Amino acid sequence: MFQASELNLRNKRTESLYRTLFLVMTLLLILPVLLIMGTLIMKGASAISWEFLFGYPKDGMTAGGIFPALVGTIWLVSVALLVSVPLGVAAAIYLNEYAGENWFTRIINLAIINLAGVPSIVHALFGVGAFVIFFGFGTSILAASLTLAIMTLPVVIVSTRESLRAVPMAFREACWNMGATRWQTIRRVVLPNAVPGILTGVILEVSRTTGETAPIMFTGAAFFLPFLPESVFDQTMALSLHLFVVSTQVPNVPDNLPYGVALVLIGMVLLMNSLSIALRMYLRGKKKW
Amino acid sequence: MVSAATAVMGGNGTESAAPKIAVRDVTIRYGGTPALSGVSLDVREHEVFGIIGPANAGKTSFLKALNRMDMFTDGMKVEGSIEFNGRPIDRLRNVYALRSRIGVVFPLPVGLPLTIYENVALAPRLGGMRNKAELDDIVERCLIRAALWDEVKDRLNSLGSLLSGGQQQRLTIARALSQQPDVLMLDEFSIAVDPVTTMRIEDVLKELKHELTIILVTNLVQQAQRLADRTAFFLEGECVEVGKTSDLFEGRVQDSRTGDYIEGKFG
Repeated sequence: MFQASELNLRNKRTESLYRTLFLVMTLLLILPVLLIMGTLIMKGASAISWEFLFGYPKDGMTAGGIFPALVGTIWLVSVALLVSVPLGVAAAIYLNEYAGENWFTRIINLAIINLAGVPSIVHALFGVGAFVIFFGFGTSILAASLTLAIMTLPVVIVSTRESLRAVPMAFREACWNMGATRWQTIRRVVLPNAVPGILTGVILEVSRTTGETAPIMFTGAAFFLPFLPESVFDQTMALSLHLFVVSTQVPNVPDNLPYGVALVLIGMVLLMNSLSIALRMYLRGKKKW
Repeated sequence: MVSAATAVMGGNGTESAAPKIAVRDVTIRYGGTPALSGVSLDVREHEVFGIIGPANAGKTSFLKALNRMDMFTDGMKVEGSIEFNGRPIDRLRNVYALRSRIGVVFPLPVGLPLTIYENVALAPRLGGMRNKAELDDIVERCLIRAALWDEVKDRLNSLGSLLSGGQQQRLTIARALSQQPDVLMLDEFSIAVDPVTTMRIEDVLKELKHELTIILVTNLVQQAQRLADRTAFFLEGECVEVGKTSDLFEGRVQDSRTGDYIEGKFG
């Protein structure tokens, strides 16, 4: 009665074949991550020291530390976040909570998708034209951060929109039926439940902004500066550009230095990611439906 | 909140002769075809007004029209006139005050993802109340009236959305009551609730009837028979008839379709 037919056996073989195939594909994903991290740690760990993290570059950038670049990257990313998060979240709230589905919102959506597809070097040139020259900010942190902010705006808008959309419609209706306005509903019920999702978008933005080189190259990041920026109108060094410089532009750099810079760069991104993930998990645990 | 709302509604609800809600020749459309057409009826103060009828009769659309939720519903158009306390609601400048005078309970309980306390305190807070003692008082009173206090008084700070279905439905009733409404509208509240809880909620409604006006949409004809003073029968977008519940259920109907539906011959 339960004897396997030829067909059953064949199905079983195919089943295990596909299962193995998909497993191998999944494991292949981990491989590049392991290789990158492994190479960086093996070749770059020897460069990391207290002096490397908190010292200034010396001897034509062939020795010394990366402190100005580290601080500069933090400046650039923070100012970019200050601009893009409020702007992106507000736009997403308007699109998802206020605007209906019409030609106007369709055009805006198209614009967002196109903005996301613009290569970063084009953003850089736009930044030079708009912020450095037209608005007269010069090559400064402000110009570079604004360029970065515009580049990452689509990520913030799309992820915020998705997380607003995930809040059930019934919650809004219950609130409206109580006599709440749209804004009261958004503030008290919709936004608090969308925050974990919004944070995911911000994580993605931070990671991308930290690593971008092209948009800041012409707008605010400098080859070498012996001092730290004091305001958003100063130029600054940045980790990503510094990595580019020490790997290609400067002769006689010891082998482990560029790898050390890359390791710090990746470490920074990973640190910020894990902080945000922890925060998101904490917030998720508090709110449930 | 109360004073502002009363001023806007232009009455203190004492004119008992005038109907609480007067509906004249109301047609509701979504796009082209009407979901409900040509409805005229009165809801009187302090009565339980039942609305029975099968699915797609237009019952829920009717409730939405009463508190101007057409504003938030894409493509929904309401024609005809609806007066609340003698004021035409389509000309109100402050529809938010109208909505806060009408409490709504949905078919599936909607516990907002807030704590039990915050769920009930939300409406007063929206109205601008900040005083902790006053809020505490309202929360306790509303939960008691909704017959939920004894079950949740020790865990007011746990999430409302984690309560059982029947408890959540009583939570939504408490939330509706916290608006201090004149009218309570219930849309098939017992769909997701067990029979014992249903009976408890029905007892609550019998008590509330003395203080406010209740519109009860139900697809259980026996529930209308148990609770409603007067009952309207909706069928396929038409209000077939409105009559005293006892008349309808004792065979004194004007339209044979009403009798057939009540006897369970269809629907």
